[in-house]
Amino acid sequence: MSRFEESAPARGGFSFDLCKRNEMLMQKGLKPSSYLKTGTTIVGLVFQDGVILGADTRATEGPIVADKNCEKIHYMAPNIYCCGAGTAADTEAVTDMVSSQLKLHRFHTGRESRVVTALTLLKSHLFSYQGHVSAALVLGGVDVTGPHLHTIYPHGSTDTLPFATMGSGSLAAMAIFESKYREGLTRDEGVKLVAEAICSGIFNDLGSGSNVDVCVITKGKREYLRNYMLPNPRTYVSEKGYSFSKKTEVLLTKITPLRELVEVIEGGDAMEE
Amino acid sequence: MTKQQANWSPYDNNGGTVVAIAGADYCVIAADTRMSTGYSILTRDYSKINQLADKSVLASSGFQADVRALQKVLAARHLTYQHQHNKQMSCPAMAHLLSNTLYFKRFFPYYAFNVLGGLDSEGKGCVFTYDAVGSYERVGYSAQGSGATLITPFLDNQLKSPSPLLLPAKDAVTPLSEIEAIDLVKTCFASASERDIYTGDKVEMLVLNASGIRREFMELRKD
Repeated sequence: MSRFEESAPARGGFSFDLCKRNEMLMQKGLKPSSYLKTGTTIVGLVFQDGVILGADTRATEGPIVADKNCEKIHYMAPNIYCCGAGTAADTEAVTDMVSSQLKLHRFHTGRESRVVTALTLLKSHLFSYQGHVSAALVLGGVDVTGPHLHTIYPHGSTDTLPFATMGSGSLAAMAIFESKYREGLTRDEGVKLVAEAICSGIFNDLGSGSNVDVCVITKGKREYLRNYMLPNPRTYVSEKGYSFSKKTEVLLTKITPLRELVEVIEGGDAMEE
Repeated sequence: MTKQQANWSPYDNNGGTVVAIAGADYCVIAADTRMSTGYSILTRDYSKINQLADKSVLASSGFQADVRALQKVLAARHLTYQHQHNKQMSCPAMAHLLSNTLYFKRFFPYYAFNVLGGLDSEGKGCVFTYDAVGSYERVGYSAQGSGATLITPFLDNQLKSPSPLLLPAKDAVTPLSEIEAIDLVKTCFASASERDIYTGDKVEMLVLNASGIRREFMELRKD
């Protein structure tokens, strides 16, 4: 009976072939991937002329800060940017991949990229990897249909929102947005609110920190404000400085020539006889 | 049917770093003032340092509820000692008491990473460093807690601690002056708070010397 099922042609739709295999693996002790809250605060909001994206700049490896000033706002198209939280390799790879796909699509269609295109490409990629690609994204941009802001979760679900936050600092940032957001903000008000939300994440969430990056996207123009705010300067630098004396002692110096130098004599009779 | 694992832990880690450096006639004990749980900050203003006797100061990082309980036990034992011997406990005596108190709970430990600093009976600085169950050693300097792995290599490089394996036993205290030692401690904490998410806010420094105890604060990164 099972042999007959295997040879039946595919009938379209979602294929459940691997479900039995997954069950078998789980019985053998494989734990399914769980949603990881990651060390980052990323935000986005829609204002009267477009969208503003914001992010902190701390990259963590567990309790250690691996990069104090990394870039979390990724380029997708001239009119579309994407903030990424989660595994840094995953966010980089997936945004680079979709950015290339969008460029090819622009050549093919001869038109400016649309945000929903980037959204569909990202969500279908993430869904097909069933959450193993740990990328939580805030996608924002302005195209012919207007300004758009979306959140994309690692398992592939998306939301379309007027304001959004992701990452471990998302609650701290959302508290600010929920209190102070209103429709029709001006550019300066919007940038100030985004910076305030990121700062809330930076100071109240241990997984986020260092500086604030902001990206303002409007019709026909984008401003990438790298290190828009630097609220965490180095607290103490010793005036006298520290020296690190060489602790290694030279016991013996020996030079071993690798090969004897051979001199070439021009015009000699060496080859004859 | 796999055995059900406990999903409740009696312990939590409140983070933080403690450092102590012993000098010829002084001792510096420092700790950051951040108390955290998971990815959140509980308070930016928590003292991890407790003075047990007039010449002994205990700084502990780890689970602060256990640290509080430990401090209470030691304070009670010290009071008893004072009643029985009509004098304060010396720092080496307190060090041994702390070791015994920790080992007493060998099979349900105090989740506390301790550094005891003070002046010994000759007036020289002394620092004792512990693990969670009471193993201790007198050293010239020590760091414990979440930032210890970042600070210890730097102190090793600067303070050139002689190996305890060398005979005759060299003195463990550092030849640095008090001002230089404080500068070193400030640099250690400023650097640790750059790279350790659990260290930051403020650093509280206590300096013990012949004239008494002095307390200093310095601001650290708040992110």
